[in-house]
Amino acid sequence: MNTKLKNAFTGAIVPLVVVLIWEVLARLELFSAVVMPAPTAVALRWWEYLTPPVPYDPAVSPWLTWAFSGELPSDAVGSLYRVVVGFVVGAVLALPLGLLMGASDKVYALCNPLVQILRPIPPIAYIPLAILWFGLGNPPSVFLIAIGAFFPVLMNTIAGVRHVDGIYIRAARNLGVGQWTMFTKVMLPAATPYILAGVRIGIGTAFIVVIVSEMIAVNNGLGFRILEAREFMWSDKIIAGMLTIGLLGLAIDTAVSRLNNHLLRWHRGLEH
Amino acid sequence: MSQIIVNNVQKVFKTKDREVVALKDINLEVNKGDFVCLLGPSGCGKSTLLNAVAGFSLPSSGTITVDGKSITEPGPDRGMVFQEYALFPWMTVAQNIAFGMEVQDKPKAEINDKVDWLLEVLKLKDFRDRFPKDLSGGMRQRVAIARVLGMDSPIMLMDEPFGALDALTRRNLQDELLRIWKEFGKTILFVTHSIEESIYLADRIVVMTYRPGTIKRDQRVTMPRPRDTSAPEFNELKRELGLLVMEEQQRHAADEMKLAAVD
Repeated sequence: MNTKLKNAFTGAIVPLVVVLIWEVLARLELFSAVVMPAPTAVALRWWEYLTPPVPYDPAVSPWLTWAFSGELPSDAVGSLYRVVVGFVVGAVLALPLGLLMGASDKVYALCNPLVQILRPIPPIAYIPLAILWFGLGNPPSVFLIAIGAFFPVLMNTIAGVRHVDGIYIRAARNLGVGQWTMFTKVMLPAATPYILAGVRIGIGTAFIVVIVSEMIAVNNGLGFRILEAREFMWSDKIIAGMLTIGLLGLAIDTAVSRLNNHLLRWHRGLEH
Repeated sequence: MSQIIVNNVQKVFKTKDREVVALKDINLEVNKGDFVCLLGPSGCGKSTLLNAVAGFSLPSSGTITVDGKSITEPGPDRGMVFQEYALFPWMTVAQNIAFGMEVQDKPKAEINDKVDWLLEVLKLKDFRDRFPKDLSGGMRQRVAIARVLGMDSPIMLMDEPFGALDALTRRNLQDELLRIWKEFGKTILFVTHSIEESIYLADRIVVMTYRPGTIKRDQRVTMPRPRDTSAPEFNELKRELGLLVMEEQQRHAADEMKLAAVD
């Protein structure tokens, strides 16, 4: 047996044992099914949640549209959409400000006090204001996610630019590099390890905020769905939704980490 | 006329509670095509002098001119090779070499040809698309030398460039540098604390004193190259310069003891 397979096998032991114990406890009916649904029930519900509600009919819609017409795929797409849009808005605002604050002591002195005051406010605390400003639907959700992504990217960009090794600046000046090239070709790439670390934290925050915002402001998405399921006391669906959130989070983090490794393939500290 | 003229240069560093005179009354003229070593213990101001010529840190008083023009900032006419290599780690070997030429807005085809040629000259062809992290110290320093050659700098400033390399790689790169120096007709100002390295390489060795940094001896070396490090003439000079440097090293050590006692 090769090591990869062996590792996968080893890794599967604990989850299998946990699921087995859980199944046994559920079958013994020590607790009601609302408190603790059996894993088999969760799996069934998850399948139902995932698959299209009507059978495939080529006359009505193409296969791909049909395959994604289940409740879960459209919820996942909705959540992912908000994470991506919110994150892009937050990061696109944070990056230039961070570069400016990192590169110029003047801009830093001007902006830092405000940043320090706003930064500790958790994005969740903006919910009332977000609803007053943007009503319900995607806009307040995107706003909250953008706030959640903004600060990690900003802080890390500032730190990244400030920590650029002076030797690169000296070498570039020796090559006759002007200010703009210094900024785009030397300081920015030198700061990328920090910036990408901020991106990873920012995406993580965005993913937390999307679930919360969907519980409040939107009527689809994974966060909305598990709250809705609670009203019907469908705990199997709640757990199925939670597992989906976990899997989606894992997928996002893996994607960001892959991107990270690719962009930082020159970096000494990384083995890929 | 001399290519580099250092005229009455003084450099004072001010810290919170004291002033350090790093350079005092430095007068030095370097002719085009000369290989000059600045030799001395750490703290003697040899790197300060090199940085002043490079334009990184201008003198407190006095002037430095290169080809008749006063130095006010760093520039590609004085290509610098750093001990820490200072390659850009996010660029491949080829990109590092090309970067200086791109900054000068040379045509793309010309840059490509020149990069290919420099990779050949410095025996880096197999490393063209590698990142610096994959290279040994010796290889990195070859790339740094290629980068400076790419800019056609008439003057090369080298700040203990081989200080971090093992003895064999070091000798290898010294020979390579001499070959390049001869082939390209560069003027080289080379900082080192290795007496043997300075005798092996230089036409002239400028020995500096420890604080304040002044010129203690300006020694011509006329032995034909390649120089034999075991020749009696070589060792005689090594012994002589060794005594001079040791005097300064002892002053440096005594000073450090004194400072430690104050703290």
